[in-house]
Amino acid sequence: MIHPVLDPKLAPPFPKAALPVLRNPQLRKNVAHATDVITSKRGRLVAEKDDWQALRDAASALRAHVLENLGTYLEQFEERCTAAGGVVHWAADAAEAREIILNILRDENASEVIKIKTMTSAEIQLNPFLAQNGIEPHETDLAEIILQLGKDEPSHIVVPALHVNRSQVRDIFARTMHLPDLSDNPQELTAAARTYLRKKFLTVPTAISGANFLIAETGGVSVVESEGNGRMCLTLPRTMITLAGIEKVIPRYRDLEIMLQVLARSATGERMNPYTSLWTGVTKGDGPQRFHVVLLDNGRSDILQRERERQTLKCIRCAACMNACPVYRQTGGHAYGSVYPGPIGAILTPQLMKMEYAQSLPYASSLCGACYEVCPVKINIPEVLIDLRAKVTDQERNEERRFFDPLYLGMRMANKVFASAGRFQAAQRMMRIGLKPLTGKDGWIRSLPAYGARWTMTRDLRGVPQQSFREWWTSRANGKAKP
Amino acid sequence: MRASLFITCYNDTLFPETGRAVVTLLERLGVEVEFRPAQTCCGQMHANTGFRGEAFSLAKQFVRLYADAKAVVIPSSSCVAMIRDQYPALIDELGNQDLRRDFDALLPRVHEFSEFVVDVLQVENVGAYFPHRVTYHASCHGLRALELGDRPFRLLKNVEGLDLAPLDHLDRCCGFGGTFSVKNAEVSSAMMTAKLQDVLATRAEFCTALDNSCLMHLGGAMHREFAAMRTIHMAQILASTREHPAEVL
Repeated sequence: MIHPVLDPKLAPPFPKAALPVLRNPQLRKNVAHATDVITSKRGRLVAEKDDWQALRDAASALRAHVLENLGTYLEQFEERCTAAGGVVHWAADAAEAREIILNILRDENASEVIKIKTMTSAEIQLNPFLAQNGIEPHETDLAEIILQLGKDEPSHIVVPALHVNRSQVRDIFARTMHLPDLSDNPQELTAAARTYLRKKFLTVPTAISGANFLIAETGGVSVVESEGNGRMCLTLPRTMITLAGIEKVIPRYRDLEIMLQVLARSATGERMNPYTSLWTGVTKGDGPQRFHVVLLDNGRSDILQRERERQTLKCIRCAACMNACPVYRQTGGHAYGSVYPGPIGAILTPQLMKMEYAQSLPYASSLCGACYEVCPVKINIPEVLIDLRAKVTDQERNEERRFFDPLYLGMRMANKVFASAGRFQAAQRMMRIGLKPLTGKDGWIRSLPAYGARWTMTRDLRGVPQQSFREWWTSRANGKAKP
Repeated sequence: MRASLFITCYNDTLFPETGRAVVTLLERLGVEVEFRPAQTCCGQMHANTGFRGEAFSLAKQFVRLYADAKAVVIPSSSCVAMIRDQYPALIDELGNQDLRRDFDALLPRVHEFSEFVVDVLQVENVGAYFPHRVTYHASCHGLRALELGDRPFRLLKNVEGLDLAPLDHLDRCCGFGGTFSVKNAEVSSAMMTAKLQDVLATRAEFCTALDNSCLMHLGGAMHREFAAMRTIHMAQILASTREHPAEVL
């Protein structure tokens, strides 16, 4: 399999990037199986809550409120976090965030760093940057270890290795941990990973985490996870660096009540996630003694300015949208060429990249609405997708090469045709005459030229009937008029 | 009761039998049907592909054309969803307050075909006869945007002779998605293959829906695969009687 590139600046556009996946039956089977399992678990767990829709409304309102007052809550967070002994840094973009983190690590004389899964660090391409600067990052989330050792990339934001199956994990571990006799028994695989990790936890004194929530009221940070490896990272090291998008803030400690309920059910179909860690600043003699928070903007303030797109930032990274998405189910995450795949990635990535790259992503959806239906914070993803498509079109339509682009040409022509019923009727007749030679005796078209070939690649098309509806209507009216 | 039929551009051109069935059925149910030949397209194709200005010009055309209609019936759930969900933003952004006022006044009179029969006419048994095994594909827009719920099933269950075959993964998209089917042809085909497996597994003779766009997609694949199943718009099933059986192509 081709090594996936999760950087929109370098990745091929979605339709092209999807091809190697569509030709990989093992990967498709793994993705379909995993998303089926999570979706059905989620369905069961959501069904047992009578007040699920009310919870969704509350979570959505809470997130919307935060975005309306983001500045206030961030300032409050900074003040309380600092008071508790933390150090807050503000990073305008990815480069600045990388520099801040590198400087902290240099101050610590770190040559290695342990990491608990953080999407934000992947967003700013932190690992390759650290490696270039002589600091070796070690992922500690089981799925992330599989990917790091297998030189693969995440294809899901909650279950990053969902495209890999057990026997593939065995092969990766056997090769990289030098365990030729390892079986694909899950317990044995976990034990191998645990042995590998223990050593890191006990020897590496510096850790990097993400954040599920920043709590303005207390200045605290919360991370939720399933394995406890995150908790090891959050307690054992001497120095802890948390990297978080500025939108991650919630007003009060008690707001976790709503957020944790909707997050766990939506993400993994559980009533409660196995590990919820909360920490505030530093405590003498207990846990990390130096604590930094890097607040990352990286395009988020721009998204905040746009009324309809702002809802993108309500996202709590539960990934329910990707599990529900029929496009994602066929392609997995790598096709999106982005750290954030699936429907949320399709709206988040082009905006974070300020529409300079990833223009194919808003089109990577059939607009079926399954993502909006499952979203626990009610992000109307289809609405944002359509908005972004309009932005892409506005951006492209004046480019010279678009003038003869069949799609742009077709859309402009169609609009002129639809503007008048007379022209429309003429076009109907022309279509009927034009397609006649391509239509078989059974009334079906098996092969279309040019752009239409993309339809007839896998589908036939019914030929244009002899009489349009409007012609039938007219002939019937004439018939009726006669005595 | 007087109703105006908005047939939609592709039904008019490619699926005229759907329009004929709607007219036949509504007239049988005592509705006086009118057709305004000035109609063309709702603009969904333009809007969903990012051509907002073009979509707006068609939205304006639609609102002007039907401003005085008693009721507008549309046998296409995705076009109704376009009007309900996308017109307001388009008009607010590119239109003026007058147009918005006309639109707001018109909207309650715009009905998807099955909504019109069940909610407005308050009929669930339309007196149809269709002695075939049929499975129903809930198009995404009908299911989620319009929340048609069990209306289609209630109508089908009352059709004499009809054997309704349940479809697995009813809520999953068939992969059409308008220009998505050509822009992302390979992914669209993969989604279609998955859908087709569920549809063919019902061993029905017909797959029906309230949207010819999904049916064009699935029907095209069935024909390519020599499948022993055909697609048919639900209006054709409901219009079908012993005396005048549906024209099955």
